[in-house]
Amino acid sequence: MSVETAKPITNAALAALLKGEVNRSTVETFLAGKQFPLVDGDTVTFVFHGRADRVALRHWIFGLQSSQVFTRAGNSDFFYLEFKLPGRSRVEYKLEIERGGNSQLITDPFNPNVAQDPYGQNSVCYGQGYQFPEWSQLDPEARRGSLETLVVKSAAMGDERVVRVYLPARFRRRAKYPLVIAHDGDDYLRFTNLKTILDNLIHRLEIAPMIVALTNPANRLVEYAHHEPHARFLVEELLPVLDKKYPLIDRPVGRCLMGASFGAVSSLSTAWRYPELFGNLFLQSGSFGFFDIGGHQRGPLFDPVVAFVNEFRKEPKKLSERAFVSCGVYESLIYENRSIVPVFQSTGMETKFFEARDGHNWENWRDRMRDGLSWLFPGPLSMVYE
Amino acid sequence: MPTITLLGPQQPIPCLITAVDSLGIRGRIAAITAGWEERELEDDELKAHLRGKSVNLQLWERTERVFERDPELLAGLRTRKERVLRLQEIYRMRLGHLLEAARELQTWKGYPDDLEPEQEDAFDLVRRLDRHQLEHVDEVNQWFFERYQLAEREDLVKHREEVRRLVEDCEAIAIAGGHVGVLLTRLRLFGIADLARKKTVIAWSAGTMVLTNRVVLFHDTPPQGKGHPEVFEPGLGLVPGLVALPHARKRLRLEDPLRVQRLERRFAPDICVPFDPFDRVDFDGKTLKLAERTRKLERDGRVTFSGVPA
Repeated sequence: MSVETAKPITNAALAALLKGEVNRSTVETFLAGKQFPLVDGDTVTFVFHGRADRVALRHWIFGLQSSQVFTRAGNSDFFYLEFKLPGRSRVEYKLEIERGGNSQLITDPFNPNVAQDPYGQNSVCYGQGYQFPEWSQLDPEARRGSLETLVVKSAAMGDERVVRVYLPARFRRRAKYPLVIAHDGDDYLRFTNLKTILDNLIHRLEIAPMIVALTNPANRLVEYAHHEPHARFLVEELLPVLDKKYPLIDRPVGRCLMGASFGAVSSLSTAWRYPELFGNLFLQSGSFGFFDIGGHQRGPLFDPVVAFVNEFRKEPKKLSERAFVSCGVYESLIYENRSIVPVFQSTGMETKFFEARDGHNWENWRDRMRDGLSWLFPGPLSMVYE
Repeated sequence: MPTITLLGPQQPIPCLITAVDSLGIRGRIAAITAGWEERELEDDELKAHLRGKSVNLQLWERTERVFERDPELLAGLRTRKERVLRLQEIYRMRLGHLLEAARELQTWKGYPDDLEPEQEDAFDLVRRLDRHQLEHVDEVNQWFFERYQLAEREDLVKHREEVRRLVEDCEAIAIAGGHVGVLLTRLRLFGIADLARKKTVIAWSAGTMVLTNRVVLFHDTPPQGKGHPEVFEPGLGLVPGLVALPHARKRLRLEDPLRVQRLERRFAPDICVPFDPFDRVDFDGKTLKLAERTRKLERDGRVTFSGVPA
């Protein structure tokens, strides 16, 4: 039984399969030795082979229908889906399998590439031309930094906070180091491989040796949503502890706040409450919700964020010397991030904005680490030849 | 003039001792690790590799001590550095445009009969700018030396004398890499060029760069910017006719013939030598002798050793 397709099929092997008889044997021959999804220029082909009533692709690309239904090949148990994906894209997805009235979200059994995040695993599709950041992988030649754990008592937060502190390889008391305070620190370590990235980029002289304080929230969506006690904790409690314990550059140029999503909001909000204390901001996919008229539709958790961003947009002020802002074009937040860049620039903040063909996820944030950190804290690459 | 030997990087496998033995050096070796900055004295591996025969001149540490007692000299060096940085900024603006023009003409297909002289002129403009930059930096250096009269600064003179005596007791000088600007400044402060003329010298990485006529900074794929090679400062001029490119495998895209051509053409008639581990060039005061497997960049974009593509 051959299959008539409504749309012409781009992938030649799939087209050939569908022209002939689609049965277990021909499907297995088709699947053998191939890496899925198949990528032909800007066309990506997903497949599923197994018992199912319906198969759909669930992704988080803002602008496309979040569920794309696969086509069943005749009456077989082979399903396929082709769609256009611009070059250099990186997309996380799951397959939604409906069987006997039940629906299940699974990672793609035909794709070994997965990404971890706090909610589990997603399959990953790399569009043509996407470059995997080899600098995020363990380099046996790179000298290793270390992680220390600090417990900081916080009157502002009414509890104790565990802060992990990254010290670069060859750390020396006599030297002075820039400081990055990162929000969601443990997630950065787990899901972006941040320690390995720091080790590699410092070893390659692409970024300055630095100290990174990795903080973690107790109640993230409250504490990171323009929360005055949290800003006070970072600046008036954590920073003095770090200043006392480590040899830090004692000027704004040596300080940076970093965060992703709500972590970027907290970074911006802290800089707004303590302007120009931090010379650098590294803001990834900031949840900078705002509205020009009416209200916002992002739910009550965003209320304090929207109020803050609206206030900042109404009366912009210089918060830092430099800001590196990045966002995925497949995120719903791309509009907000594009909008905030000219606001920064209007205050005299030197701002670099990077748009990636990616979504709101940790590997997107991983992929921007080299661009962001090397711009904010360039290493002595051109000067050191060991 | 005793031999000067330029080597590739000494990591991951050092080969310095092979060069020492081949040069018949039996006596002590004055080691300069000032390019390592605050890690200057973390030289246990180097010492062991040289069978305990090295004496670290501690140029970085000595400079720090001089600065503590002679803040005027420190301020003078800072002023010099700021002036050089300003010149570099302007130079980079001009260089980017000139190199872009040379690059565009390099691959342009129009008017083949007229193209070659125009290409050559485009490279000549780059060469003129490089010369201009080096002359400007040299003027700043001359201003510094005249204004701060190193031979009359008590603390520095005391250390210079100690260094001179240490070097006199040694048969050779070994200059390690590291921060090329820091290293070059320290070598100048302690008058190492004059001392080196009387000794066998072995250098690697940044150590090779500072011995040449011009220090060229380079990296083809930096995380920021276009990675245009740039002249930094005049070197000590002990090894003329050669541009040293250490860590070439990591820093240069030698597989790209257009890039290789641009480098070669820009710095001609000097030869561009990519140094990786086990590469070696000897200079006897007259002739540069490349070891059998040591490569050089060719005008046609190839990288060759002994006339054979590498």
